[in-house]
Amino acid sequence: MTKLLFQRAFWRGALSVAIFLVLWEIGARSKVWMAPEYFAPFKDLLGAMGFKKDYLPWVGAVPAPSAVLKSWIAVLGMHGYWQSWYMSFFRVMGGFIAAMLIGIPFGLMLAVSRVAHGIGFPVFEVLRPIPPLAWVPASIIFWPTQEMAIIFITFLGAFYTIVINVLGGARSIDVRYFQAAQSMGSSSWDIFRRIILPGTLPSIVVGSAVGMGITWEVVVAAEMISGGGSQQAGTGGGLGFFIWNSYVGGSYEQIVVGMISIGIAGFISSELLRWGGRYATPWLRVR
Amino acid sequence: MSGLAPVRPKIVPGELAVEGVSKSYGALHFRKDVVQNCSFTIERAKLTVMVGPSGCGKSTLIRLLAGFEEPSAGRILLDGAPVSGPSRDRLVLFQETALFPWMSTWDNILYGPRARGELTRETLEFGEFLLAKVGLQDFRDKYPLQLSGGMQRRAELARAMINNPKVMILDEPFRGLDAMTKELMWEYYSRLYEENRRTNFFVTTDIDEAVFLADRILVMSNIPTQVRAVIEVDVPRPRKLIDIFENDRANDIKKQALSILHAEAMRSFSRGSKAAADFVEAYLKRASRA
Repeated sequence: MTKLLFQRAFWRGALSVAIFLVLWEIGARSKVWMAPEYFAPFKDLLGAMGFKKDYLPWVGAVPAPSAVLKSWIAVLGMHGYWQSWYMSFFRVMGGFIAAMLIGIPFGLMLAVSRVAHGIGFPVFEVLRPIPPLAWVPASIIFWPTQEMAIIFITFLGAFYTIVINVLGGARSIDVRYFQAAQSMGSSSWDIFRRIILPGTLPSIVVGSAVGMGITWEVVVAAEMISGGGSQQAGTGGGLGFFIWNSYVGGSYEQIVVGMISIGIAGFISSELLRWGGRYATPWLRVR
Repeated sequence: MSGLAPVRPKIVPGELAVEGVSKSYGALHFRKDVVQNCSFTIERAKLTVMVGPSGCGKSTLIRLLAGFEEPSAGRILLDGAPVSGPSRDRLVLFQETALFPWMSTWDNILYGPRARGELTRETLEFGEFLLAKVGLQDFRDKYPLQLSGGMQRRAELARAMINNPKVMILDEPFRGLDAMTKELMWEYYSRLYEENRRTNFFVTTDIDEAVFLADRILVMSNIPTQVRAVIEVDVPRPRKLIDIFENDRANDIKKQALSILHAEAMRSFSRGSKAAADFVEAYLKRASRA
């Protein structure tokens, strides 16, 4: 940790965040500092472009970081906020783990067996381009509970990416590894266990990392559209619903709080995954 | 290391005979004959080196010998019995490394015995012996990516030798190593060969390498591959690196092989082969240096 504080890269990152926050604060307060007369020509120009005249377009309409921070601190003590974290994490992990459990064996099967590829791949390729969000109405109708519908949609977000990566990874294993293993007397099962599986692991890690990102994108949208699942009133329906609820309630600071929360949640899950990936592929750590 | 000597199992070298083998790819007028009516013998307990211009079908021949592919015509016999499919009797050391990157050096070496369920105490001792032989005791638990190019080649030699193959097939194994490491590997490999006298089949494009290592050199034609000449290298062993530059016999052999290769290259050069053009250029450079 102390080492981190002395690294130039760390301070560069901190500076970048600080500059961003300062510019945002200045922009958000444009209502105040744009009042004087000498801004008149600039305001007319904004008006001519169709914007409101008394603050900077877009950034002037966003709540200032100081206001967001204040609102965040207020929300930290609320049970509903943490409930939203919990709900979203639960759905992401549920969908993601299901996608791994089904996607990895399915991808390996497509890679290993010509028959499985012939039967499974065409259907898979037709379903793959359908965006997970297009499944929202259908899954709300077909799944018995809202919760299952949302988890199913997050599952779809990660599933296709994981399968495609596993399939590609297994296919790109150097043919000489198979030839060497065969020559030395390996059985098919042995080749699968000791060549194909470890050879595909790096692709599984990459596919999962990408899939995890998509999962967060999808869960938030699914929560917004489906109304946050079956829960008591308030902000207990996940971070996506937290944002939507704040919008309906007119609390613009809380919208931004929700957005940043999702950013942090996504970062935490990717970091966990990266850590797990490094642990699973020790031979790639040594470069 | 003398204490380990008794565990070395008896080596039974084999003899590979290639009889009228042809291999072609594609069909009808897209057909390409890569190997045509090719016959030669890889003699028992000898180091046979095959040299030929790049792209002359050497790698195809290796795939046939290893059993990864079947010949279109002719047959390949190991000690009189026709070969079919890959087997531990005919192990290939590929160009560049084919060590499994996800296994440590030790696990790579033990791959064969473990795959066949032959992980006995003797095998483990033999593995230790080979690990010491290739000088990688300190790298037993390292992954291939942590080894230098020369170490990777040595680990791969150990991985092959633990299976006691009847014939070892080496496909340009020292390609891609820097000149210094390459020469060290020549010396190392020829010492290894002189100790155990397995049947070795070594494929290369490097004439110096061929003359330094070989008991017999097979000089190949361009595509479709055939044997142009067989040269017995009667330079006494153990050889020193300096021999390939100063020993008159070695130089005679080199000239003989080069002139055959040159004629071969010129023939296909007039047919417009890129590989042949490269060879002619390299040949002229070498001639001007000599």
